[in-house]
Amino acid sequence: MKLLTLNFLTCAVKTCKTQPSSFPLHPRDAELEIIEAELNLPFLRNILPRLMWEDICSVARELGLPALPAIAPIPADLLAAPLDPSTTTGGAEQEPSQTARDLHRVLLETCIQEGKLVCGCCGHEYAVKEGVANFLLPGHLV
Amino acid sequence: MLPTPSTSHICFDRVYEPAEDSYLLLDTLSSSSETAFLRDRFHETSSTPPLVLEVGVGSGVVLAFVAANPGTIFGRHDVLTLGTDINSFACKAAAQTVRHAIKEREDDRSVFLDVVNGDLASAIRPNSIDVFVFNPPYVPAELPDLSCHDRHNTIPHGKKATSFEQDSYLLELSYAGGEDGMVVTNRMLEQIPEILSGEGGVAYVLLCAQNKPEVVKQRIRDWGGGWMAETVGSSGKKAGWEKLVVVRIWKSAG
Repeated sequence: MKLLTLNFLTCAVKTCKTQPSSFPLHPRDAELEIIEAELNLPFLRNILPRLMWEDICSVARELGLPALPAIAPIPADLLAAPLDPSTTTGGAEQEPSQTARDLHRVLLETCIQEGKLVCGCCGHEYAVKEGVANFLLPGHLV
Repeated sequence: MLPTPSTSHICFDRVYEPAEDSYLLLDTLSSSSETAFLRDRFHETSSTPPLVLEVGVGSGVVLAFVAANPGTIFGRHDVLTLGTDINSFACKAAAQTVRHAIKEREDDRSVFLDVVNGDLASAIRPNSIDVFVFNPPYVPAELPDLSCHDRHNTIPHGKKATSFEQDSYLLELSYAGGEDGMVVTNRMLEQIPEILSGEGGVAYVLLCAQNKPEVVKQRIRDWGGGWMAETVGSSGKKAGWEKLVVVRIWKSAG
């Protein structure tokens, strides 16, 4: 599962949802795999306001990934400075900056294949197997 | 006509095979009235990438259709798709269906997140979903015994494949809806106001005639707070009765 998915998930225990510590879920014993994907610059630019930046940074840190910028990037940070300033205007393709590449790598290419996701509130461990996280609780299965 | 995503890689012994209900959802989501509604609601200049969640993805044909046609449906390409299913085999199959459907497209590419194994939308962060899609187990039939789910949800230790008993159980989960076929749908409807985003969140839920769609719609309107429910797609007219309907659930603006 992609790390961006963690931006939209929380503990499945009902009483945890109102507790801030239930988000983000914390990866544990994670085996990561890089699954390359095409970088989609307009998507990255538009998704910025939806990212829980500090939480993504903390997940990346817990996974031992290279540090992300402490402050959430703004759209301009995702564009590479043009080599030749005279070509800034016109219809040329905009090139992604290193920040954009790093963000793409962390959010969309870094996948948890095996491991656990742990709720910071109740401590429940959700297993990830073959890239699929299992959020079924014993209470769901009665 | 937009192409139907391929599901030829799936073994339908334990995953729900696309049928009339699935196709009704595809037709409804790509109908001119719904694309106009969605384009208006999720206009690129006024919102961040919409997150589409389908619960109970099964083969993944509906989610893959959305993921492969975001330009037609939403008028934008930066759409995010996420799925859940209680059946772990469906999770894997559906993820493959979506990835394949996106890859087939030269352009019009959206971003697929994952399909997670879970009970309805229980693991979804509150107020994060912009478009919710649900083709529930709607047949009035006894619910299978969930106490054996863990055992049936995985290939038995030391075996190479699932048993016939497992497959029957997993397929039952995909269609059996208990009394009036509404037991699972009612649990899902309860979660809808919690998971939908405050700005513009909209849900599409498929119902069959035995589910008493008119009663269901009225109950949603009775939630108050501006909640609306209207039939926006139907098929299989029989003596004036629609066999299947798609109900759109949303909050009126203002």
